Amino acid sequence: MSTASVPLPNWITYGLMPFLSLLTAFLISGGVVWFIGESPLDAVTLLLQGALGNGEGIGFTLYYATNFIFTGLSVAVAYHAGLFNIGSEGQAYLGGLGAALAALALDNYVPWYVTMPFAVLGSAAFGALWALIPAWLQAKRGSHIVITTIMFNFIGAALMVYLLVHVLIVPGKMAPETRVFLEGGQLPKLGWLIALFGGKIGAAPFNMSFLISLFMCFAVWLLIWRTKLGYEIRTLGANPTAAAYAGIPYVRTVMITMLISGGLAGMMALNPVLGASARLQVEFVGGAGFVGIAVSLMGRSHPLGIVLAAILFGILYQGGDALSFDMPKITRDMIVVIQGLVVLFAGALEYMYRPAIVRVWQRLGKA
Amino acid sequence: MSSNPSAAPAIQLIGIEKKFGAVHANKNINLTVAKGSIHGIIGENGAGKSTLMSILYGFYHADAGEIRVNGAPIRIPDSQAAINAGIGMVHQHFMLVENFSVLENVILGVEGGALLGKGVSEARSALKRLEADYGLEVDPDAIIEELPVGLQQRVEILKALYRGAEVLILDEPTGVLTPAEADHLFKILGVLRDQGKTILLITHKLREIMAITDTVSVMRRGEMVATRKTAETTVEELAELMVGRRVLLRVDKGPANPGDVVLSVRDLVVKDNRGVTMVDGVSFDVRAGEVVGIAGVAGNGQSELLEAITGIRKPTSGEILIHGQPVTGFDAARLRTLGLGHIPEDRHRMGLVLKFEESENSVLGYHRAPAYGKGMALDLNACREDAKRKIEKYDIRPPNCRLKTANFSGGNQQKIVVAREIENDPSLLVVGQPTRGVDIGAIEFIHRRLIAMRDAGKAVLLVSVELDEIRSLSDRILVMFAGHVVGEKSPETGEQTLGLMMAGIAA
Repeated sequence: MSTASVPLPNWITYGLMPFLSLLTAFLISGGVVWFIGESPLDAVTLLLQGALGNGEGIGFTLYYATNFIFTGLSVAVAYHAGLFNIGSEGQAYLGGLGAALAALALDNYVPWYVTMPFAVLGSAAFGALWALIPAWLQAKRGSHIVITTIMFNFIGAALMVYLLVHVLIVPGKMAPETRVFLEGGQLPKLGWLIALFGGKIGAAPFNMSFLISLFMCFAVWLLIWRTKLGYEIRTLGANPTAAAYAGIPYVRTVMITMLISGGLAGMMALNPVLGASARLQVEFVGGAGFVGIAVSLMGRSHPLGIVLAAILFGILYQGGDALSFDMPKITRDMIVVIQGLVVLFAGALEYMYRPAIVRVWQRLGKA
Repeated sequence: MSSNPSAAPAIQLIGIEKKFGAVHANKNINLTVAKGSIHGIIGENGAGKSTLMSILYGFYHADAGEIRVNGAPIRIPDSQAAINAGIGMVHQHFMLVENFSVLENVILGVEGGALLGKGVSEARSALKRLEADYGLEVDPDAIIEELPVGLQQRVEILKALYRGAEVLILDEPTGVLTPAEADHLFKILGVLRDQGKTILLITHKLREIMAITDTVSVMRRGEMVATRKTAETTVEELAELMVGRRVLLRVDKGPANPGDVVLSVRDLVVKDNRGVTMVDGVSFDVRAGEVVGIAGVAGNGQSELLEAITGIRKPTSGEILIHGQPVTGFDAARLRTLGLGHIPEDRHRMGLVLKFEESENSVLGYHRAPAYGKGMALDLNACREDAKRKIEKYDIRPPNCRLKTANFSGGNQQKIVVAREIENDPSLLVVGQPTRGVDIGAIEFIHRRLIAMRDAGKAVLLVSVELDEIRSLSDRILVMFAGHVVGEKSPETGEQTLGLMMAGIAA
């Protein structure tokens, strides 16, 4: 009999199995580090030191994690409806436009806490808008959403470059970016939060968006597991025929789900645009949309799992930077390899150890 | 019968044991299948027939016991080993690549090298030989999806023979066939037997056993309870052996008391996903307080008719009225608010979300009702309380509304669906295959519930491919063939007459 249907306790499924996968990824990464002539132990120490060793490192780690929480939630919401949204990258990029327009319009007149809700709405609206056409094509025409959202990433990138080079650029400047927002268009740093734990935030761009992202985690949890809409989304994802049987409207549910997914991706822009650089720059998303796929996969599409996975990837990003700084042999590309291994083992091969664990579990149960 | 009594039996199973957790699927099974015979294995759904055959074909491993092929003990760890031992299987659901040709499907997995050319030409001549030997005519270059179901099944048989099968296992082979196709299949099986092949026929249809087998073994609740020479037994004896007691072929019920028309279907035309017209101008009424049964061989438009009436599939033309109100094209949610209950034909595909908790499934389709949460919110406690009530009333086991639905048995899953649809008190209950894959206890329970609905003045429309079920529950029987209602009969009409109508021969 196959082992797939043997029930295991939650602490094994959600604790032990991801841990073993992660361990495997790090062991193989260690092998790679050793192969190029560095000490794996030193590398791990440097990585963790860089990511978690001081307040500034933690600030950077959580800054990156914030990006991944937003995009991870975006991918997860769509995934619950059985939709694979690969377009979080582009939706986040367009979200930046919404956020920046709010900041540019208001920063001169009002304090940040007045701008913030408009920026949140703007980023979410623009992100959702960018998911609207692929959603409509999927719902009405059956065009596969994976294909259309990928294509919309490219269209979005081209559109943003055009806008930044020709429309939003500051006259007389070379850099394709908007003007710097005044204080009324910036989200405050969360130095006090780091200070609470006795650290100093230093130059880390850790900001208000982190709290917004945690709030959205709660909101997504509420949506998926405590509302009728969430129930319909999960039914559609788990059994589309049963959804039709239950009278759950396919077109409407797909559209709403993708709008929410796109909106969450769009809100990711708050973090770098209003929280860190205080301006809209080209390619500010920097792959966070794609990392969101891995984060959602690893976090089992659950907000709590997504927060943990996002922090893990934050550690890899920030620690990886520190590592490549201190160990020149380990280049930025090496860090990408390590991240790739984590995705491979914790995401794609999540059930690799399951048969073995089931056998051990059954033997323990019999004894 | 052409078996040679001195030869070792083709298949011998000795003391086969298999447990799935707490379920004892096969208990000390002993079975001897003579070479060159057709051996039927009959039993209710869940009696352990499929498990036993899966062990023989290497899908499952027996916990204990021995398998002998031609007298020699062998181990069958996987299906490849079964094929090597000369055992071939024709599954209930065909294992064919739909957009490949017959020839490509036959050589799939035994291409004989990286280049196809040689294997293809060898297979082509081998197919010709098989065709000549057994009368298995199929165009080797036809594309599978363009072939009728009966021919697709023939390809499955060819696949097994091409791999050198001496023993053929057929799992419920007639479930998808028209009576004519089934007759043709039986002719082929007869030829195969006469040429020395051994055939194991798994079915729960007594008629087939009587028509074609030489020997029949009966399974009940994981045990092999009897083996008989077909010529020396009767349908009544086999039925009793299957169920373990005298079978009540009739459900106790009083005369119907039909009231006003609840459901009216007028000139309904429905197409399937491929655009083929499956329901072609069907009209009928269902009144309050009566059960109208629709009989027919699977695939004659009953599924599409059900889907159109329940708002899952849009009809091409025609009209549907509930309580005189036109509801054509309404979606399922809207129809439910108008008093429709729907027990679908396939609970796994449609009636349930298997990975949900039981309590989540017990509100499926009714989840928008204010009872399950105000406004946007879904009140999980309300859902669970509601689920607990239904679990108790319908004796759903285990009585745990937090358990994943996939972990319930087939009968209990069906009870979850039945409880949900009946407890919402519909005035019109549309029921498809209510007892498919359900144990005998649950069958009686479900039948009694349906009759109770009728007696409470509800209109019940019942579709089933089980003629016995239709005859015992219905007050009127409509027979469907090729998308048409070919006649209306009383439930007292003989099986023979109804069978001919279902085959499109008599009206």
